[in-house]
Amino acid sequence: MVRFIDKDTRVIVQGLTGGQGQFHARLMKEYGTKVEAGSVPGRGGQVFEGVPVYDTVTEAQDEHEIDASIVFVPAPYALDAALEAVEAGLDPVVVITEGIPVRDSIELVAKAKLKGTTIVGPNTPGLIKAGESKMGIMPAQVFRKGGVGVISRSGTLFYEIAAHITRVGLGQSTCVGLGGDPVVGLDYIEILKWFEDDPETEAVALIGEIGGDAEERAARFIKEGGFTKPVAAYIAGRAAVPGKRMGHAGAIIQGSSGTADSKMSALRNAGVEVGELPSQVAEALRRLL
Amino acid sequence: MKLLEYEAKEYFKKYGIPTPWGRMVTTSEAAADAVKDLGRPAVIKVQLPVGGRGKAGGVKFADTPAEAELAASQLLGMSIKGLTVEKLYVEEKISIVNEVYLGVTVDRGNRCYVILASGEGGMDIEEVAAKTPEKIVRHRVDPVLGLRSYHCNLIAKRLGYGDRKMRAFATFVSKLYTLALEMDAELTEINPLAEVEDGFIAADARLNVDNNALYRHKELEEKLLHSYQGELTEREMEARAMGLAYVELEGNIGIIGNGAGLTMATLDTVMLHGGKAANFLDLGGGATPESIRRAVKFVLGDMRTRALFVNVLGGITRCDHTAEGIVAARRELGVSKPIVVRMMGTKEAEGKAILREAGIETLDSMEEAADIAVRLAGGA
Repeated sequence: MVRFIDKDTRVIVQGLTGGQGQFHARLMKEYGTKVEAGSVPGRGGQVFEGVPVYDTVTEAQDEHEIDASIVFVPAPYALDAALEAVEAGLDPVVVITEGIPVRDSIELVAKAKLKGTTIVGPNTPGLIKAGESKMGIMPAQVFRKGGVGVISRSGTLFYEIAAHITRVGLGQSTCVGLGGDPVVGLDYIEILKWFEDDPETEAVALIGEIGGDAEERAARFIKEGGFTKPVAAYIAGRAAVPGKRMGHAGAIIQGSSGTADSKMSALRNAGVEVGELPSQVAEALRRLL
Repeated sequence: MKLLEYEAKEYFKKYGIPTPWGRMVTTSEAAADAVKDLGRPAVIKVQLPVGGRGKAGGVKFADTPAEAELAASQLLGMSIKGLTVEKLYVEEKISIVNEVYLGVTVDRGNRCYVILASGEGGMDIEEVAAKTPEKIVRHRVDPVLGLRSYHCNLIAKRLGYGDRKMRAFATFVSKLYTLALEMDAELTEINPLAEVEDGFIAADARLNVDNNALYRHKELEEKLLHSYQGELTEREMEARAMGLAYVELEGNIGIIGNGAGLTMATLDTVMLHGGKAANFLDLGGGATPESIRRAVKFVLGDMRTRALFVNVLGGITRCDHTAEGIVAARRELGVSKPIVVRMMGTKEAEGKAILREAGIETLDSMEEAADIAVRLAGGA
């Protein structure tokens, strides 16, 4: 079962003492996230951003009630850190780290599944429940509490579209960054299922990009009636060249599969409004709601 | 990272995968010596990081050292897909009963490794998959269970092998999977995998290693840039050496964004406004003023670039750092090309103040900024 967050979720920051960990722990606290503890091997006993640091997650749990973890640990150590959180029973585990080998992601996702843990990422901007709590690196000012659930493979494009949603007078419920790597913990379908049952979500913005076939599979799921609320979508990469990796490890057109056109037409075919510009996604949602 | 056949075969040998006798050479004399040492007929294959070398005339046969010398002299210096042949692989010619395909790759949708095998080897496997999918045996490896011997036996049986051939093929599959896992392969394939009288032997070898895992394979790190030959343009190679995520395109508007998705959307938006991007450059997460300065300098210094469009949505990347980088790069280059900056997010006010002082226009909307960039570059 997919698990996300709300204002009561108590969080540990793994890799708190690094530059990114510290910076974003502060911003998360400012947003209202309950950041209870940090964990960094060798830094136990220190305090960063007013948050006590422990050498291990287990020791942090001895002192605090913790529900979920956000991981800022460098790629070579990220698998270990995320598995530590999984074994400790934390859920969800949000892995911000970029550059994790695919072999490690496969192992992490499979083992988390055995424990029933939701892995968000790797290489994700994270999760936000607008107006309540964020476990991620997204700029808070573009979000406003509302009824649009957002699912995105990209980070910054997700902020772009969230800002448009806010600008047209709507707001967001829960927003999830899938992550830009070839293998990630969640796909669109699992999150659409969650949004279908989420009373706070009235419509969904689906933000995709070239590479793989996750958007096509989501389109099939919608077409078959798996998701019944309105959906508007944007697919990045129409101007991309086949065979070239466009920044994300997963963003590559291989042969004739994974093109923006294939994804856009699959979604349109499923009755989804597909914007040609990011702003059109928000305008479509305003019309649909 | 794509390894050349002879490099991949070094790993195959290390993992106990049967390969024909072979030697990499760079001169026609060495090719003759190799065939002399081999003492049997040989095949001589160009070593380039591109496919389709057979069709391009990059494979020749030689029965004697003299024939090898002649063949090698014809192959060396030859140009295939814009690349010059500098290396040859001299290999024992084997008598093949049947050509098989075997590969291991990542199944993104199912989040696991997948083994693909087919009795229709020697052909383009994607074509086989499209036209006759029933001829491909597909086994998804459960990451928790791993690949067990019974899985390998089943794959062999599905291909129609029994008895000794089943055991030989199953062992082959097991070894290739171990190599794929331990070498962090994005893809490893053998096409053709030669079925011979008493077993199987890897007639070709392909091994693409996950770039994110190169820290575990230090010996490959130094070869990384070289492996991009044929895949990347000269400017892309230069950018790669500087650590920039850069793709060269054909237009005249330089594009820098942060985050792959936003940068792609920036290209798309410029295209929809009638302009053409000169490049894709993703600053990635957490760029510093210094890395931004280098990126801006690289794109602004491109002769084809008539305007620069920087699009930053600050999350982990800070707008003030972006502004500092832009101003520093422009000062160093001393060029007067128009620059349009759209920035929003972390440290936005500070970033905009720095740019205002430097006389660089900033906008809040990516779509408006794209429109201006297209006009500044000479219109649609």
